[in-house]
Amino acid sequence: MLTIDNVSKTFFPGTVNERKALQGLELRLEESDFVTVIGSNGAGKSTLLNTISGRLPIDSGSITIDGAEVSRMPEYKRAKYLGRVFQDPMAGTARDLTIEQNLSLALRRGQARGLGRGTTSARREHFTDELATLELGLENRLKTKVGLLSGGQRQALSLLMAGFTQPRILLLDEHTAALDPQRAALVTTLTKKIVEADGLTTLMVTHNMEQAIALGNRLIMMHEGRIIYQATAEEKKDLTVETLLGEFSKLKGASLGDRALLN
Amino acid sequence: MFGALELGLIYGAMALGVYLTFKVLNFPDLTVDGSFTTGGATAASLIIAGVNPFLATAAAIGAGLVAGYITGLLHTKGGIDGLLAGILTMIGLWSINLRIMGKANLPLLREDTVFTPLRENMWLGSWISIAILLIFALILKFAIDWFLTTDLGLAIQATGNNREMIRSLGVNTDNTTMLTLALSNGFVALCGALIAQYQGFSDISMGIGLILVGLASVILGQAVFGSRNIFVASLGALLGSVIYRLIIFLALRAGLDTNDMKLTTALLVVIALLLPRWGFLKRIPSLKGRGNRAPASVPAGTTDMKGPAEIADVSTTSGAGAGKEG
Repeated sequence: MLTIDNVSKTFFPGTVNERKALQGLELRLEESDFVTVIGSNGAGKSTLLNTISGRLPIDSGSITIDGAEVSRMPEYKRAKYLGRVFQDPMAGTARDLTIEQNLSLALRRGQARGLGRGTTSARREHFTDELATLELGLENRLKTKVGLLSGGQRQALSLLMAGFTQPRILLLDEHTAALDPQRAALVTTLTKKIVEADGLTTLMVTHNMEQAIALGNRLIMMHEGRIIYQATAEEKKDLTVETLLGEFSKLKGASLGDRALLN
Repeated sequence: MFGALELGLIYGAMALGVYLTFKVLNFPDLTVDGSFTTGGATAASLIIAGVNPFLATAAAIGAGLVAGYITGLLHTKGGIDGLLAGILTMIGLWSINLRIMGKANLPLLREDTVFTPLRENMWLGSWISIAILLIFALILKFAIDWFLTTDLGLAIQATGNNREMIRSLGVNTDNTTMLTLALSNGFVALCGALIAQYQGFSDISMGIGLILVGLASVILGQAVFGSRNIFVASLGALLGSVIYRLIIFLALRAGLDTNDMKLTTALLVVIALLLPRWGFLKRIPSLKGRGNRAPASVPAGTTDMKGPAEIADVSTTSGAGAGKEG
């Protein structure tokens, strides 16, 4: 499904600021895998997602999705495989467009866009049904500009937009980190619901260990651009925060982010 | 007065073009000064060469499309800053425009133009020509409204709004940027072609400072009509152009001469941008809340043309709320 083979990425090579974000990283995702990714700050978690999505070019290695080599494809072309939700709740939606227009944009993900009407009544019906699953009442506000929604609502909408077209892979980059605990819990619940409903293959970066354990069927821990710990579906069932902290403490020089400690 | 209305409606085509780049794409495109003259020059030389004036006008639109596309190429593929890319094309077009015309001024005396039927029927300067021009301007406006609500148009709006997001949904933002710049300058060149035929000559300097006129129209329209949605915003750009011409008309009446008009335009833009920030308009319910919000969201400079839009949005919503309470 997704194969990441020996991928390396170095920022500012040859300078004093040189930082090896990914070092010969290997990762394989099977159909309907839901993998959570944890690790200290600067471990390369976000870099991993950004190299898959094409936002960052890789230095060496290969990334294939469904057997197709994508590592040289521009970001906009890889979009046909990928649904993405970003950390910043403002990043996943267009502020001045309405909810239905944003959904229309997402509906055409990876397809040619022509001069057909953006929001037809058939699409609107579809959107109403989809929005109703969020249980936020957004289905009654189709013509509301997204800029008027709260951060949690926008993130829930982003999640719906990323998931409702059944992408081959869903990439979630700390998408609950910028929300208050209540909203974060809501978006976490929605994530579970949306991923499970369609059995989406998902890669989720998080700082929250409990969330990383609660969601998904596999877990990986990254440090200095490598995967240093993996929990398979079997192992993950009995995984506790203490075990993970134990793994962390084995690492020399690894520091847990404040957010991770608070959780 | 009739003349001012006619001019306002014709220049509405340019205001719509400027609206596309400045408002929709959020791109400060200075190509306008050059492409306007390109439109006038292309139409005038073709008409003098005996080409049907409607075909000549269509060719002018084509020239404008190319000019905008070049600015887009410089910006997207060349990575040149948007302002600079526009200036480069604008400066380069000066020489091209001179080549097209052969000399600095091309009179269209006794040539058939698209306005000949109006002129022969003595309709110019009457309600009839204003009605005809209004219909023409509204057709352009509705064409933009329609285009911006198609799948492609939505992608263009999103490009102006949130480039990263729309790229993650599979849109090549380079292409949408170039397309919008081309379309915008097509409108501007159309306007240049019509103005050349309306005034009876094409002149190498006819485009100088026009970007400011376009901006003035868009900003005035927004101040008066707001920007709740595309329909209202494009109508605002169009009618803003008419309001602008009426203000210029009144300024000339008041004793200023045509040489003062550039300064008048600049002051008009400054005032339209600053008034909301100073909160002079707070007493009017629908404009309430502008003063509070503005300082944070309107840093000075041409690149921040979104500023007034946001303020207008806030004001319409808070205004509506105030209305309900009352």
